Amino acid sequence: MVEEQKPIQVAASEDAWLDEQVRRSVWVGPLNKVVDFVDLIYNWGRRNSVWPLGFGLACCAIEFICTQSSRFDMSRFGMELVRASPRQADLMIVSGTVTKKMGPAIVRLYNQMAEPKYVLAMGACASAGGPFKEGYNVVSGVDKLLPVDVYVPGCPPTPQALLNGLIQLQKKIDKQSIRDVAWYRKGAQEGVPEPVLGPDLFDARRVEEITELAADPAKLEARAIKIVKETKGEKK
Amino acid sequence: MAVNPPPPPETKINPNDPQVVAEKIKTVFADAVESASAQGIVVKSDKLLDVTRYLRDKLSFDYLNNVTSVDYPDRFEVVYQVSSMDRGGAPLTLKVNAARENPTVPSLVPVYRGADFQEREVYDLMGIQFPGHPNLHRILLWDGFEGYPLRKDYKEPYYEEEKKPFGTRWDQGHHVIAEDRNPWHDNVKYPANFDAMSYKPTQEIYPTLGLAEATSTRLRTDKIVVNIGPQHPSTHGVARLKVTLDGETIVAVEPVLGYLHRNHDKIGERNTYLQNIPYTDRLDYFTSMSNNFTYVIGVEKLMGIKPPERAEYIRVIMAELTRWQSHAVAVGFLYNDLGAFYTPLLYGLEERELILDLFEAVSGSRMMCNYMRFGGLARDVPEDFLGKVQYLVDERLPKRTDELEAYLIKNELFLARAKKVGVLPRDLAISYSTAGPVLRGSGVKYDVRRAEPYSIYDRFDFDIPTGTTGDLYDRTIVRIAEMRESLRILKQALKDVPAGEIMTGKKNYQIRVPKGEVYGRAENPKGELGFFLNSDGSPNPYRYHVRSPSFINMGALNEMAVGHKIADLIVIFGSLDVVMGEVDR
Repeated sequence: MVEEQKPIQVAASEDAWLDEQVRRSVWVGPLNKVVDFVDLIYNWGRRNSVWPLGFGLACCAIEFICTQSSRFDMSRFGMELVRASPRQADLMIVSGTVTKKMGPAIVRLYNQMAEPKYVLAMGACASAGGPFKEGYNVVSGVDKLLPVDVYVPGCPPTPQALLNGLIQLQKKIDKQSIRDVAWYRKGAQEGVPEPVLGPDLFDARRVEEITELAADPAKLEARAIKIVKETKGEKK
Repeated sequence: MAVNPPPPPETKINPNDPQVVAEKIKTVFADAVESASAQGIVVKSDKLLDVTRYLRDKLSFDYLNNVTSVDYPDRFEVVYQVSSMDRGGAPLTLKVNAARENPTVPSLVPVYRGADFQEREVYDLMGIQFPGHPNLHRILLWDGFEGYPLRKDYKEPYYEEEKKPFGTRWDQGHHVIAEDRNPWHDNVKYPANFDAMSYKPTQEIYPTLGLAEATSTRLRTDKIVVNIGPQHPSTHGVARLKVTLDGETIVAVEPVLGYLHRNHDKIGERNTYLQNIPYTDRLDYFTSMSNNFTYVIGVEKLMGIKPPERAEYIRVIMAELTRWQSHAVAVGFLYNDLGAFYTPLLYGLEERELILDLFEAVSGSRMMCNYMRFGGLARDVPEDFLGKVQYLVDERLPKRTDELEAYLIKNELFLARAKKVGVLPRDLAISYSTAGPVLRGSGVKYDVRRAEPYSIYDRFDFDIPTGTTGDLYDRTIVRIAEMRESLRILKQALKDVPAGEIMTGKKNYQIRVPKGEVYGRAENPKGELGFFLNSDGSPNPYRYHVRSPSFINMGALNEMAVGHKIADLIVIFGSLDVVMGEVDR
């Protein structure tokens, strides 16, 4: 049984038919509207597949593991795939105290991550040094070394707080546009130079300033703000 | 099953008493002892090796608990605690004086191998030389670091005052943030005339290839050095292992530590006694309750106070719940290391959440409980708390322990990978000063809860599980058995927890601690945690040192791993169950 072939409905003219098809399936608009639309899809994909780097520093790493486990279940946000290699990761969760000895390693890991990449400072130590700030081997927050996108307070932050931080990161990703993100700009992306472990940790970008100031104790002293010494009960 | 005998009553001669031991030493080495008191024996530096050999071989002080040092204005003092595995009882304290200029003390590594890492730590932080040490260089900081931080004249970059609370921290105080006070506007300081532009870091250059031709294989192979960590998916934090390989066989493992060195000792000496409690939470962050417990035991020993009955019972309940969850997670992580990614760990973490909920109910925080106080607890438990623990102990946890054992420990794949792997024989386990399940896995029936009962552990009926061969399997099976013993203790404790006060005296921010020195210790899930405290009578400890079981257990890693294949290394490392927060402190 051969079906009777229906003739194609031919429009009044070929051009009109083509116009009709184009109107139906192709959206035409100004360029920035097109980019907005691309951003929407692109960011939707990225925000729901932020793969964190499996990188635990201290106590906060345990809460990070709890966040991944069944009770809090980070995979609801598409983030369960913790990568051991920085080359495959999008998000570095700095979960714990950043020590000077670890500093160069953290910067190297960050440089090894491919763009787009984000940094989340989890907990008080990674945000600002936390309870260990006064220690001689502690960096006062990872933002002294790397650009940070989201700070999550707490010592350690509860899994709920970390999830909130990740949702904030998603909101941040939503607002990004391929028009202005750094990784589509021209010119090579340079990594953050690794700090050097000398007599103390120093930034490779500040060597000139450090050498100059170390040679001039008077100038160095002038840079510090002295504490106003006052005891309790003493009136000004 | 022989149980370690409890310490003999006061009337009999205590073989661990410093004065008794000093008399015995004097009979052999006439001029070795400088002085002896209840605080310990001061030994002459040049006779130290002879004395410790004699103590080890003749008086069976075969275990070196702790090595630390104190900086006095006129001298340095290196303090050793040694104890006997068979006899138990309180550890014996030995002290050696060293001059302020160029302090040197002979190394104890030939006598106790466990001295290796601990002496390196003393060298690193206090600057005392140990001639005879095989590998004396910095362990927690990096080679090239300027200064010895634990000396009293060392000032951190953010140094504000000698002691807390700082004078600027009151309502109308003029506090300047630390970054502004420091001329570099960061937590750094450089020596005068430091030339950063031409500075070349003293980098560890590892000849990785072509070290020497290996001999043991049929094929011609080179030795290579493989660097594992500090970022590594084995989820043990920031540990780094420098492994020398012959083909696939491990020739040597050297742990490189200090990537999480958070200066507990130095900060602890600036803090008041009370301010240190939250810091102990962050040592081994899986077991904050037990860390609190050990620290308050140490300070209470120094103050000579006892908490009320109810507080004692609640402390034991907290410590045993902590032990259960720590071991459950340890077994889970071991599976992670074996390659069974995450699923087995979830069994442990699921129950851990229930216990963490209880901790949150009593203390307000899931992990960092900060719950114990000197002479009691911060607050009483909520009304329904004991009922919830009862439910867990009766219904939930025993089933889960059985399940964990059935699914995991009786798993054939696990047996194939765990039996006869990472063997640590009995005598080496003692010599390396290992503690906790690592020591007991090697067949040493030693548990501080029995050897020197603290709190109310002498009232409970429990066994000390031990292994036979000291392999990875034994260590894991000891952990599972200890989980059962914890439940046994919990059942007994819940039965007789009394009502009443939870604090002796009134709550106090500033406690009065008499002059003196104490080594307070307790059996933590990871092993013997100890706090060495030296008080000069002021509100702040003069010396605060943590004897960390994870750190000292790491010293035995080389012994366990040599001869195995590289694929087994992470599992052997995992079976030590170290937490880097405690290793590096």
